[in-house]
Amino acid sequence: MSTIDKTASVPAPRASGEHNGPLLEVKDLHVEFHTRDGVAKAVNGVNYSVDAGETLAVLGESGSGKSVTAQAIMGILDMPPGKIPQGEILFRGEDMLKMADEDRRKIRGRKIAMIFQDALSSLNPVLTVGYQLGEMFRVHQGMSKKDAQRKAIELMDKVKIPAAKARVSDYPHQFSGGMRQRIMIAMALALEPDLIIADEPTTALDVTVQAQVMDLLAELQREYNMGLILITHDLGVVADVADKIAVMYAGRIVEQAPVHELYARPAHPYTRGLLDSIPRLDQKGQELYAIKGLPPNLLKVPSGCAFNPRCPKATDLCRTEIPALVPVTEQDGADLPGRKSACHFWKETIHG
Amino acid sequence: MPDVTKTADAAVVATPSVDAPAPQAKPEKPRSLWGDAWRDLRRNPYFIVSSVLIFFLLLIAAFPGMFTSASPTAGDLVKHYIGKPELSKIGSEGWLGYDIQGRSVYARLIYGTRASIIVGICVTAIVTVLGGIVGMIAGYFGGWVDALLSRITDIFFGIPFLLGAMVVLQAFTERTVMVVVFALAFLGWTQMARVMRGAVITVKQADYVHAAKALGAGTTRILFRHILPNAMAPVIVVATIALGGYISAEATLSYLGLGFAAPTVSWGLDISAGVQAIRTSQHILLYPSIMLSLTVLAFIMLGEAVRNALDPKLR
Amino acid sequence: MGRYVARRLLQMIPVFFGTTLLIFLMVYSLPGDPVAGLFGDKGASPSTLAELRHKYGLDQHILKQYWDYITGIVLHFDFGTQFRNDRPVTEVLGDAFPVTIQLAALAFAFELVFGIGLGIIAGLRAGRLADNAILIFTLLIISIPVFVLGFIIKMVFAFQLGWIQPNVSNDQLLSEMIAPAIVLGGLSLAYVARLTRTSMAENLRADYMRTAVAKGLPKRRIIGVHLMRNSMIPVITFLGTDIGALMGGAVVTEGLFNVKGVGGLIYESITRREGSTLVGLVTVLVVVYLVTSLLIDLLYAVLDPRIRYA
Repeated sequence: MSTIDKTASVPAPRASGEHNGPLLEVKDLHVEFHTRDGVAKAVNGVNYSVDAGETLAVLGESGSGKSVTAQAIMGILDMPPGKIPQGEILFRGEDMLKMADEDRRKIRGRKIAMIFQDALSSLNPVLTVGYQLGEMFRVHQGMSKKDAQRKAIELMDKVKIPAAKARVSDYPHQFSGGMRQRIMIAMALALEPDLIIADEPTTALDVTVQAQVMDLLAELQREYNMGLILITHDLGVVADVADKIAVMYAGRIVEQAPVHELYARPAHPYTRGLLDSIPRLDQKGQELYAIKGLPPNLLKVPSGCAFNPRCPKATDLCRTEIPALVPVTEQDGADLPGRKSACHFWKETIHG
Repeated sequence: MPDVTKTADAAVVATPSVDAPAPQAKPEKPRSLWGDAWRDLRRNPYFIVSSVLIFFLLLIAAFPGMFTSASPTAGDLVKHYIGKPELSKIGSEGWLGYDIQGRSVYARLIYGTRASIIVGICVTAIVTVLGGIVGMIAGYFGGWVDALLSRITDIFFGIPFLLGAMVVLQAFTERTVMVVVFALAFLGWTQMARVMRGAVITVKQADYVHAAKALGAGTTRILFRHILPNAMAPVIVVATIALGGYISAEATLSYLGLGFAAPTVSWGLDISAGVQAIRTSQHILLYPSIMLSLTVLAFIMLGEAVRNALDPKLR
Repeated sequence: MGRYVARRLLQMIPVFFGTTLLIFLMVYSLPGDPVAGLFGDKGASPSTLAELRHKYGLDQHILKQYWDYITGIVLHFDFGTQFRNDRPVTEVLGDAFPVTIQLAALAFAFELVFGIGLGIIAGLRAGRLADNAILIFTLLIISIPVFVLGFIIKMVFAFQLGWIQPNVSNDQLLSEMIAPAIVLGGLSLAYVARLTRTSMAENLRADYMRTAVAKGLPKRRIIGVHLMRNSMIPVITFLGTDIGALMGGAVVTEGLFNVKGVGGLIYESITRREGSTLVGLVTVLVVVYLVTSLLIDLLYAVLDPRIRYA
């Protein structure tokens, strides 16, 4: 491993024995935005965790709070208007929300890195990609400009950008969409972080390029044994790379499960709806299922289960009482490790 | 005596126009750019202050007789201020004192409003229409049409604005309102043309314009139904701010002796006259300067408020 | 980059000829006889006038006059003659130009430092007290016409406080130029401050700023490198076009403080109807404007690679 830690104040380096829990743990996280129309509750008590080498996919529609959670972890929420009234974000057991700004900054990029959706707007238009890649080494490792440039070329080779040496002094707008996203990935990987958060990394790309970029990301993750949080609304992307899935709706996790079990037996009507709305070749000619209605307005989330106005199975109970995220079991009561659902009728949904 | 009570009445009349519109919009109502902007404007203090100011200025310009019974031109030479400091204080006789010819400074302030407002509005109207058309054609058609119109705009833009107006004005011996308006509009249109061209080019690329084209809408229809309404926002903002600028330019030209000449009543002329007494009786210089700056400020503030309301990014 | 430069140069040529022709037509379509004006009220014999007209080429068609004038500039750097003293305009300008350049440079430095400085403060404190204070300050500066601002400064600093002389002395010392420079640069200073503020506020919300934070860069670097590089682009464009405007604005400021520069000359030649001098002076200003705007375009291309490769 080539990471050189010059600063002692940075939390425990990788593979140190001090902390045995998960790499990252989000506990009861709440995020709200104070707008002129009222308080938008974007995240309402989210819990999830990621281990080294593990991939967690966070699934949800826009406005479900999946990106906001990621931004809170990264510490890049706009505050104000954003606010974190309660919750913990533990990185290697230490609550990042309580850390000094400077300590937090040293984690960003070096320990936790992020890949954004729109690489064109996320890269600085007036700086060369070589400069933007090299900046990671110069700032975090105090490398010279020349060495940083050399490292930038290495990184570009690593993410398979052809003619890296010639293109290192090009500007972002001179690259194709897929190549730009590779540069984003290279930038996130630069310091071999412990955790990478990828916020819809392939949404802006062509379908053919999407697969290439996802494969690259998965390959590099395995190579460096990194934790990965993959935020997406695309169930197809998730199936191949994720280990476990958290489905979010209106700022809450409504279902959590290992990836294949979720596909086989969803335990929440919302997940079921999502799966049913994937077009399938064997059902050609039939009408495609669609979840009725619109995502909820975060300024006034429906009472009870937030999904109740759109749920085909909603009852009066759903309209009054918020269902807790509870462990899901087999019919005989046997454990289903890692499975949870926030539906009053999860039994009927999974076993029905 | 100037009629102060009338001013107070006017304030009462003015208030409802500011906060009367629409009770709380229903939250479910779909929101538009202008609707949102209006919601914003209504609670923007800059907007309220500038609207009230402009309302008064327009009222004064339209009915100066409502605000003063004194004549701005007929002076009583006995009342000239020289050696009579009591005549140059607020609240003194004639309210703001008298100038060197014994004319009421207050009355001249009131009557001078008209020239400034008329010049400002006329120049803005001409420049917006003319520059708007040039900019719209250049922006919409692109290619050689754009190249040609843009170069012509550049040519007029190359001459400093005030300088150009001075040269034009020097050609006329009798400088009526129309002459001054012409001189300012002669070079002023380039700014609007540039703004409009930029706005049209942006709007032209919008999907709804492509959609309209695909549906077979004619050029005129696309221009006037789809592009113009959406390209107007920046033009209105710049025009409002420019209006203040034109008023300032007119005063500058009059001050330099190249704009209005007596017997026209103009703040610029009064300031110019006041300069001669800058050390002794500063009120002659001060009041028209304040009035002029306040007028310019009102329009610039209005433009800024509208700009901020239309572009929430700036906040 | 080469193509971009070439295109800008090519675009400049018609604008140069167009603008000079426009000035020429504007000035020489003035009623009144520039030659007769030389003799004041007494007048001169018609034959003397005709002789002078012929000498200066005023009896020829206006387009021919323009052609001769332009070839004179291009071939001999001859910007015409001041009739009154029978001196070449370039010589007349030689006396006045350095003073105006000094004044304009001082005003420019002033707006550069304080305009950008105030803009940065407002931009980084958007929505807070400092931002609002700067907003109101700039609004006031923009609203007060230059000549009024000049009088305010004179009244306060010369007459009330006695810190400065109301007029610039014949030595035209640099220290005496500070007050006129503040007046001349005041308006642009306010514009620069607002533009900087707007541009920064806009760029602060850009995605790449979020990326810079996510990269764990120190705040100094995020603002100094990532934000400023992008935010300064429109400001620099404005500053470039402003150099020409400062020269033009000198007409009012120089008159106010009795500075003997180009502005004063222009004003004099307008009121005395010295068309030839006026055309020469304005042409020089236009050339200055065109050259600076070209330089700014090039600088723009250096700063914004998206333009360079467009």
